Amino acid sequence: MKFGNVVKILLYCYILGILLWFETSEAKTGPKSILLATTTSLRDSGLLDLLIPIFEKKRGYFVKTIAVGSGQAMAMGMKGEVDVLLVHSPDAEKKFISEGYGINRKIVMYNDFVIVGPFEDPAKTKEVKLASEAFKRIAMTGALFLSRSDHSGTHIKEMEIWKSISMNPEGKKWYHETGLGMGETLHVSDEKRGYTLSDRGTYLALKKSLGLEILVQGDPNLLNVYHIIEVNPARWPKVNEAGAKAFVEFMISMEVQQLIKTFGLNQYGSFLFLPGAERK
Amino acid sequence: MRDEERRENEEGSIPILEVRNLKVEKGGSMILNIPFLQLYGKEILSLIGPNGSGKTTLLQTLSLLLSPFQGEIFFRGKKVGDCYSFLEYRRKLALLFQEPLLFNTTVFNNVASGLKIRGIKRNEIETRVEENLKRFGIDHLRDRSPKTLSGGEAQRVNLARAFAIQPEVLLLDEPFASLDPPTRESLIEDLASILQQTRMTVILATHDRMEALRLSTRMAVMKDGEILQTGPPEEVVNRPMNEWIASFVGTETILSGRVIKKEEGTLLVAVEGEEIEAVGDAGVGEKVILCIRPESVTLSISTARETISARNVFIGRIEEIHSMGFYHKVRMNCGFPLVAYITRTSMENLSLKVGREVTASFKATSLHVIRQKEDQGIERLKIK
Amino acid sequence: MDLILEGIKKAFCLIFTLDYEVLKILLLSLRVSGTATLISLFFGIFIGIIVALSRFPGRRIVVTLINTGMGLPPVVVGLFVTIFLWRSGPLGFLGILYTPTAMIIAQTIIATPIVMGITLAAIQHLPEKLRLQILALGATHLQMVWIMIKEAKLPLLAGVMAGFGGVISEVGASIMVGGNIKGYTRVLTTATVMETSRGNFDIAIALGVILLALAYLVNLILTQIQQRERLR
Repeated sequence: MKFGNVVKILLYCYILGILLWFETSEAKTGPKSILLATTTSLRDSGLLDLLIPIFEKKRGYFVKTIAVGSGQAMAMGMKGEVDVLLVHSPDAEKKFISEGYGINRKIVMYNDFVIVGPFEDPAKTKEVKLASEAFKRIAMTGALFLSRSDHSGTHIKEMEIWKSISMNPEGKKWYHETGLGMGETLHVSDEKRGYTLSDRGTYLALKKSLGLEILVQGDPNLLNVYHIIEVNPARWPKVNEAGAKAFVEFMISMEVQQLIKTFGLNQYGSFLFLPGAERK
Repeated sequence: MRDEERRENEEGSIPILEVRNLKVEKGGSMILNIPFLQLYGKEILSLIGPNGSGKTTLLQTLSLLLSPFQGEIFFRGKKVGDCYSFLEYRRKLALLFQEPLLFNTTVFNNVASGLKIRGIKRNEIETRVEENLKRFGIDHLRDRSPKTLSGGEAQRVNLARAFAIQPEVLLLDEPFASLDPPTRESLIEDLASILQQTRMTVILATHDRMEALRLSTRMAVMKDGEILQTGPPEEVVNRPMNEWIASFVGTETILSGRVIKKEEGTLLVAVEGEEIEAVGDAGVGEKVILCIRPESVTLSISTARETISARNVFIGRIEEIHSMGFYHKVRMNCGFPLVAYITRTSMENLSLKVGREVTASFKATSLHVIRQKEDQGIERLKIK
Repeated sequence: MDLILEGIKKAFCLIFTLDYEVLKILLLSLRVSGTATLISLFFGIFIGIIVALSRFPGRRIVVTLINTGMGLPPVVVGLFVTIFLWRSGPLGFLGILYTPTAMIIAQTIIATPIVMGITLAAIQHLPEKLRLQILALGATHLQMVWIMIKEAKLPLLAGVMAGFGGVISEVGASIMVGGNIKGYTRVLTTATVMETSRGNFDIAIALGVILLALAYLVNLILTQIQQRERLR
């Protein structure tokens, strides 16, 4: 084959690629696109894969979902890089609103955090009802605990619990920081036979590939509430105000709330999220 | 016919290349300094000199491959850069290096490359490439990759590539230096007859004066970036202008003559009115070059020819004596120039002096005969 | 071990049933990395040749920079491209963050120094007088450059392979500037990372196998060309 022919073939491929390009990617950057920052735990649950296509079909928007930790999601919101947030760290959210970065904060749904760990349960956490009590036991026995340490909603909740028992676990021998998402951290915990704090949804979704059990649940303090927030368009003119508003309306609509209620029932035999919009 | 003659005359009167005040500096020192040099049509000018004497620099500067340089180059009387663009001028020349530097494609495409560069039409490329492949005897290699060629074959492809361009001036930079002796011999032989045929104007850089003698019509001796002497090869070799040139080119006597008789491997060659016997192979009527090494020449003061067994005995007058340590170099005129080495003892015994008459003799077997093909006609007659 | 076999089985299933999701991811990977490689070829060869053939003060520093750039960490590229493309960033007005275009930009930045470095080495590896010989045959400087490229085509093909291999297997920059958006900027590597974190190891392995097969196929074609050239 001659060099010229190779160049020609590459060129043809390129032109073909450009043509295919136009077929799929027209107008996905304009006013009809919304940037949604959410948490990896929510993405990993698969709920958004169900809801977003419905929204796109109904309202004609194209939703770009960026899955990061709640902390990073809010940092992006503060810079006006995204249009709407779907996050779960209430204290940080309140601060976000009060500082004027976000508006129209609405509760969408909730589930709860659970403390999971190996069934041998070396710290005997099964016997306690309160998360703070379980953390105390883990710290006292020096059983391995894995933290996501990524400023996600889960991580912030975990830090709250440590704080409530006046404990700073960072740097302790039994305290490992993974810096990974929920799914990966669960797998690491499984491999290392350690404890971790997880949202129920991700745990249930991964349960089949894990050797971890729920050890502590039902503590009101472990409630995991997801809120949707519009990034303040007054502050950031580039924010897609109409799109964000439409998405908020969609997420708290009766139809979506009903879908949330039934999501995962067939697959996991248990709910992953409870609708929250009607609670308020 | 008359037109042709006139054109011939015109070509004769205006040099193809003329160089004025050409200077090249490198790292603060002058590596080329040529106040004036002319090259006429159909000339084959050889540049000879040791390594680093500026031959390559001169050829590359003439091809505008080295910049910057000072001075002017005139092509057919018109200044390069004014009347000709640099590209136009470069396309009238072809330069060929010691290494073949062939492209990684077929032999055919290699020979065609200069023509493709010039955007010449496909069928003309075809004919010109064919012609030059045949000319250098490599048409059987046309589809081969240069990687599979021997050194001699590769250099033939290289030459064919340059000839295919049909340059007005062909510049050859040590084209045979990296070849082994037998390959070199046959290539020089072929190139000599091809140059005769095509009447191409050539500048040949070489450090080998035999190559220069066999191929060139004029010789320029270079040292330290300067041209020391130019002239017909025999003149430069036999009458070097200074000691350095003499030691570089003039250690032998080099004579050109014509074979007038041939019997059993012995030739009788007419040289400037004298007849010299030599052992070698050449046809009657052929032009040859005779080389006589100075240490094979014996001198005596007796003028009686009969007492000397050698066949070649000549009486000459000493023109010059140079001391060379243990030896003396004696230059004499026997009707033709002749150089001999002589020990200090014999020198004193013979009491040699400039102006004295001596008898010089050398054996027919000590002569080196180089055949010089001046006319293709003779070659053809011989084959018939 | 079972998991890997399961994954490979799944990979074949996904490929042979022409799973729409997977096909989309595959095509996007090819398109993004292919375009990035082509653009990087243009810039890489162009600048590589200029640096290889010219002599200027500070050239050594430029060459060192290019060689360093060959090992440019994708995440660093991703980070800088993201910062530039943010709505609040200097190029925010383009509005192309989290689009395939942004991924092409990032991957081009990753691949260009690779192509450039290999071009530089390939051209410098040619005989020093070749450039002069080409000019002495009457070539313009542009023709000379083209002939030099043709002479160095084998190592340059290696450059294409290295560049493409570098970007198709790259995940850090793609996830940062593309956002791994389903059906839009999700490529093989980012999808593999995501499926791993979701615990869908079989799909993750399947995607990994497809990625490997793709890289193998592309290199096979290029190697084929290279070998054929060598034999001629």
